[in-house]
Amino acid sequence: MHIKNHYNVIVVGGGHAGCEACAAAARTGAETLLITHKIATIGEMSCNPAVGGLGKGHLVREIDALDGLMGRVIDRAGIQFRMLNMSKGPAVRGPRAQADRELYRKYMLQALQEQDNLEIVEAAVEGLLFANERAAGVVLADGTNITADAVVLTTGTFLNGIMFTGHQTSIGGRVDDVSCAGITPCLNARQLRLGRLKTGTPARLDGRTINWQILDRQHGDEVPHPFSYLTERISNPQIDCFVTHTNLNTHRIIRDNFSKCALFSGLIKGVGPRYCPSIEDKLVKFADRESHQIFLEPEGLSTDVVYPNGISTSLPADVQEAFIHTIKGLEDVKILRYAYAIEYDYVDPQELDCCLQLKKVPGLFLAGQINGTTGYEEAAAQGLLAGVNAALCAEGRGREFIIDRSEAYIGVMVDDLITKGVDEPYRMFTSRSEYRLHLRADNADLRLTAAGREVGCVGKLRWHCFEQKRKQIAVLRDLADQLQIKPSELDRHGIKNKKDGTRRTAFNLMSYDDVSRETILKIWPQLSEYSADVYEEVEIEAKYAGYIKRQLADIEVFKKDEKLKIRDDIDYSKIGGLSNEMVIKLSRIRPATIGAASRISGVTPAAVMAILGYLKK
Amino acid sequence: MNNDTIYALSTVAGKSGVAVFRISGPAALQAVRRLTALDIARLQPRYAYFAALYDLEGRQADKGLVLYFKAPASFTGEDIVEIHSHGSKAVIACLLENLGNIEGFRLAEPGEFSKRAFYNGKMDLTEAEGLADLIDSETREQQKYALRQMNGELKNLYDGWREKLVEILAYLEAYIDFPDEELPDDLVSRLENTVFKVADEIDGHLRQSSCGERLREGFRVVILGEPNAGKSSLLNALAKREAVIVSDIAGTTRDAVDVYMDINGYPVIFTDTAGLRETQEQIERRGIEIAYDKAKNADLVIALLNGENVNLLPFVDIEKEYKNNMLYVVNKSDKLSKEQCSFLSDKAYTLISAKYQQGIDVLLQKISTRIAEEFTASSGALITRRRYREILNDVFKDLQRFNLHKSIELAAEDIRLAARNIGKITGRIEVDEILDKIFGSFCIGK
Repeated sequence: MHIKNHYNVIVVGGGHAGCEACAAAARTGAETLLITHKIATIGEMSCNPAVGGLGKGHLVREIDALDGLMGRVIDRAGIQFRMLNMSKGPAVRGPRAQADRELYRKYMLQALQEQDNLEIVEAAVEGLLFANERAAGVVLADGTNITADAVVLTTGTFLNGIMFTGHQTSIGGRVDDVSCAGITPCLNARQLRLGRLKTGTPARLDGRTINWQILDRQHGDEVPHPFSYLTERISNPQIDCFVTHTNLNTHRIIRDNFSKCALFSGLIKGVGPRYCPSIEDKLVKFADRESHQIFLEPEGLSTDVVYPNGISTSLPADVQEAFIHTIKGLEDVKILRYAYAIEYDYVDPQELDCCLQLKKVPGLFLAGQINGTTGYEEAAAQGLLAGVNAALCAEGRGREFIIDRSEAYIGVMVDDLITKGVDEPYRMFTSRSEYRLHLRADNADLRLTAAGREVGCVGKLRWHCFEQKRKQIAVLRDLADQLQIKPSELDRHGIKNKKDGTRRTAFNLMSYDDVSRETILKIWPQLSEYSADVYEEVEIEAKYAGYIKRQLADIEVFKKDEKLKIRDDIDYSKIGGLSNEMVIKLSRIRPATIGAASRISGVTPAAVMAILGYLKK
Repeated sequence: MNNDTIYALSTVAGKSGVAVFRISGPAALQAVRRLTALDIARLQPRYAYFAALYDLEGRQADKGLVLYFKAPASFTGEDIVEIHSHGSKAVIACLLENLGNIEGFRLAEPGEFSKRAFYNGKMDLTEAEGLADLIDSETREQQKYALRQMNGELKNLYDGWREKLVEILAYLEAYIDFPDEELPDDLVSRLENTVFKVADEIDGHLRQSSCGERLREGFRVVILGEPNAGKSSLLNALAKREAVIVSDIAGTTRDAVDVYMDINGYPVIFTDTAGLRETQEQIERRGIEIAYDKAKNADLVIALLNGENVNLLPFVDIEKEYKNNMLYVVNKSDKLSKEQCSFLSDKAYTLISAKYQQGIDVLLQKISTRIAEEFTASSGALITRRRYREILNDVFKDLQRFNLHKSIELAAEDIRLAARNIGKITGRIEVDEILDKIFGSFCIGK
């Protein structure tokens, strides 16, 4: 392919952050170039073959609401769909799917190839170009310079990546891949604060050698829920996963070999995620547990590779062989690839603004693990936001795409990252959001699609579908208030009521836990004209009524503080009433709004008022 | 902008010449409508009105000045009403309580008037310059109050509750965010009892430390005794004025009669009651019932005995009930011999002669010591205490809403709000704190 020597936006890295970033930049109208080490590994699921979950599934829905790719691709590549927490309320249900890794790569690449404004090239980036303060492009390993108005780095675990299997180390960003050494010095030269994080991935097993018969099955949902608002149905055949457990024998072998483990010998300096602990971590922290569960997840329809979810480790190969064979069902298993831990460079996300742009280097955007996060979904969501903003930056009209905490999990994540920084890889949980009842997987489109349309990253087709749905919801909402029923009729339908003579509206009935949707549809058959997702929206509004109202009031208060912008050139040392420690902290993080300032740990309300007072002057 | 109307005592809490209350927000005029008889339609901005101040039940609390500043020409840029009352603790407590009970009214957060002024662009240059210092001192004062209030028991109590709620929340969140993990089966169900226990404790706490209500209603002292024991005379002697009718005809005081007094700065209500005796007369019997009733709700009961004929019989039944807050007083000591007096004193009876004003100072001293004991148990800044009370009331409501029959995310929301509210007193609640607990308690993650 012929590469031009200038693009509006260059995206470095073809992982989950990079794919969304380049597609989003291109959708937003920027001439975009994606540079990746290997086109064959675009959209690679380097760790577990699954997308979604609690918080994560919410992120995928949000990506989809902004016309991103992840939701549509997993819908085509998914081989087991489950709506988690189906027995709990709608705000905490999260879609999750096992993926066929090969299909995922295939459909992701296809989606990128179909994208207008986007070119893809296979090359290694080994340096960055700057023009004064600003980012100006990249330098390829062969010395070629390509200039750009904005650059997005989505380097994952590739910056100075080192892999550990026991005491053996090898350099690389992923098994069978090279590492990237040229970018870190460029970042250091810009006085950015960098650190090391670690993560790990378990061994891969040969499914043909697993004794499936004796293991518990885990089915997917009878009717799979797609991730994308545009997907009508899932067409892949669906598979089962299996569950097994470690035992005392397993634990004994691992304990006997603690000294050989890179993590405990001090070889690995980076901090790993607590919620993705290695098996040796679990044994240390929960010494009294006699077993830990392992999910055996097939990696695809046309492969025998199985991912054993729950036993990631940095123990040497011989110990892995020994302990894995003690596990039920895996007595005779063939290990295809050994587990390893990986350590990599990341940039302190407090260096970023809420567009994921480096405050010290305008035009340079970061997304994914380079910002200290973990997870495909977290990476993809950042990629999308960085991609849109890179395109807007290139456009040069001063537009920005900002999503705040009250609008989306994307906003919660970005705000957490830039105001609090990270001390372990950051993963999304629903409990991170103070507006959880409002930020649901079902209403991501209602929360985001209009904003995305305005900024230009939402295409015509999606916009059309969305507008239809939004209109329908409004109509049904009105109708639900108008339709009324007398207590005597409630009795006829077997609905308990107070017999107080008051008529109940359809909206009232929707809020009752003991009245099913079927019953309501029997009373008012005309309501079945509305699609399930439209009905669900109104139903949730009814069920959460009081709580949602309170959260919306909270959100209003929050928005007010977010509207109070802090000037970039503010000199905190000139503000009376701030302690030295506070001046240093604020000068480092440079919050964009009064609201963000108030969320920085240690910043008191008095300090916030002092800043307000100073700004007003 | 903000829909709620905020109020606060702008002057120092405690006894002072004048107390100023400030009310700001769209409904500020409701304070005038509900607490005075002034016609708000005819209220001129920036004029001072002298008016009687009532509580929401229409009982007069005080007289004072009312000023109205119409939006946007006010300190905050919103409608502001200022009420200047007398600075007695009882009046202050009464007005704060009643302001708080007006719909849409809530106590201002520290610095909130300035904050609103700021949001509404009301701060001019000089004010802006001084703002930082001003706010700073305001919160420092707040902190001082808070510290005084919270050293020791109270702080531990609040922290303890919050700690429990955060732990419960961690369990609920773990259950929500990690559905595939192996969590203990009874995880959720065993939480319910803990929540109910915390709610009960908060409820008990709210009932028990009713310092605010005491300040509003006064410390209740009920005088019980046989007809002609000299109850009304005692009251008069205490009040040093003819506050109630005294007569020699037994049974004159049929209803309970209240006299408000200031004893060492504490508001005290003395209640005179109908004389206790066997009677067939209906009205009088009703009066006696009322007397016992009043005694039941009193903070202190003075059992007044007639020195000429000491008869403990009327108190035998109720003594057990009031063990610790009954004070035996023998009147008409002037009619007793020295031997009789020393015998009674030895038995810890207080001897007085209401008629000759003898022993009254000793009695007053005893009463005020009792009150002081009661108040030192919950002394501190009035306004911060109000704040705590308001917050704890919210916490209690949050916890009352909680149950595990509703969706778990709503139950979690109740606990989160409760914990966050207590956090307003003791410090902030952070997501990280909950996550720490989750990862500390369960083996989570595949």
